[in-house]
Amino acid sequence: MLTKRIIPCLDIKEGRVVKGVKFLGLRDAGDPVEVAKLYDQQGADELVFLDITASVENRKTLVELVQRIAQNIFMPFTVGGGIGEVQDIRNILNAGAEKVSLNTQAVKFPQLISDSAKRFGSQCIVAAIDAQRQADHWEVFINGGRTPTGIDVLVWAEKVARLGAGEILLTSMDADGTKNGYDLELTAAITGKINIPVIASGGAGKLEDFYNVFTQGKADAALAASLFHYQELSVKQVKSYLKERGVAVRL
Amino acid sequence: MKIAIIDYGMGNIHSVAKAVALFAAVPVITNKKSEIDSCEKIVLPGVGAFDDAVAELEKQDLISVIKDQVNQKKPFLGICLGMQLLFESSQEAKIKKGLGILGGQVVKFNARDNLKIPHMGWNDLAVVAKDCPLLDAVDNNSQVYFCHSYYPKPTDKGVVAATCDYGSEFASVLWKDNVYGVQFHPEKSQAVGLKMISNFVKLC
Repeated sequence: MLTKRIIPCLDIKEGRVVKGVKFLGLRDAGDPVEVAKLYDQQGADELVFLDITASVENRKTLVELVQRIAQNIFMPFTVGGGIGEVQDIRNILNAGAEKVSLNTQAVKFPQLISDSAKRFGSQCIVAAIDAQRQADHWEVFINGGRTPTGIDVLVWAEKVARLGAGEILLTSMDADGTKNGYDLELTAAITGKINIPVIASGGAGKLEDFYNVFTQGKADAALAASLFHYQELSVKQVKSYLKERGVAVRL
Repeated sequence: MKIAIIDYGMGNIHSVAKAVALFAAVPVITNKKSEIDSCEKIVLPGVGAFDDAVAELEKQDLISVIKDQVNQKKPFLGICLGMQLLFESSQEAKIKKGLGILGGQVVKFNARDNLKIPHMGWNDLAVVAKDCPLLDAVDNNSQVYFCHSYYPKPTDKGVVAATCDYGSEFASVLWKDNVYGVQFHPEKSQAVGLKMISNFVKLC
């Protein structure tokens, strides 16, 4: 049976982990490879690396980092942040990432999704969507959540699936950082409407949040960052909890 | 032991090379006939679209090289798209034919029964051929990482060494003489996947 995935997310700046990962016993908690190895041991199902510098000069550093990660951990990972060219995607995939996530550039140039899906297959193209709740809908934001687009999240989600994205990384800007749980309504609205896997992101604070996002939100995967980085919960704890409650996970 | 990792510009070669090196083999990342010739085993990785991959193999004169290596009975492992290319054709392809080393077609998952496509994540292997050397000491129901929308449908069911259930059963490990193919990514499947890589390295 296909299992539900638990995915830690690491923010990367100039090749280093930011947003202080507080792991005991790591020689260098800023080294993405060290942190990735630790999550590998904890039984994480995938990792997401988001390059928050995302400038052209940093592309080479990022590709080198991807290569180093691929040489050191034998688990799947996704790389995102400022990717806007088919050639960038090719370089990152060839360096060893399973998937790339596209966000702002895909909203500006939706053809980036169709071009890259045609080129590399849908299975490696993730559309990242930052959603903010409005009066009667959710709106897509770009540029790291700074710029509203006027686009309805449901409409955009359907469109990215149609263009060939193989997965959606759905972040609730309202829930993000609150630790009050994932936005179940948003997640359920998307998973009920489209036929590609959805990674829910934003708001994880306790064990039940993961259970709820899988059972009520019908998510295929759940992403969390600080919760895991600060060791408030380990990936293993989350998966044991889910398994006890009948959610299919890999342990 | 030298193992050629065929580098034709389609996807991840580093994880495969590193995984092979873990088991004391020397990975040779190459697209050159002479270097491939000098290796005792061959791995064909692959991520991307079927047409593009075949076009690249053609452009780099690798198709006859691959067929030649297989005919020499060298152990050969195709991973994901690298496995799919061994079949006669794919529903994904608009122009190109496959290598026809294995009989059958590569087909797309059917979007019925709320089946999400791609098939993405960790799923169980049901071992069919217990004597398949690639699956030595790999438990039935071991979980491996899948990331694909297409899967192989071999004409000869005898080549199916393991299946996986997603909507319906499909072939996830193929084995015919010296040719092995896997639909999942052993190089990304942590301990279970590395066990298979080690099995491949140890093959005589």
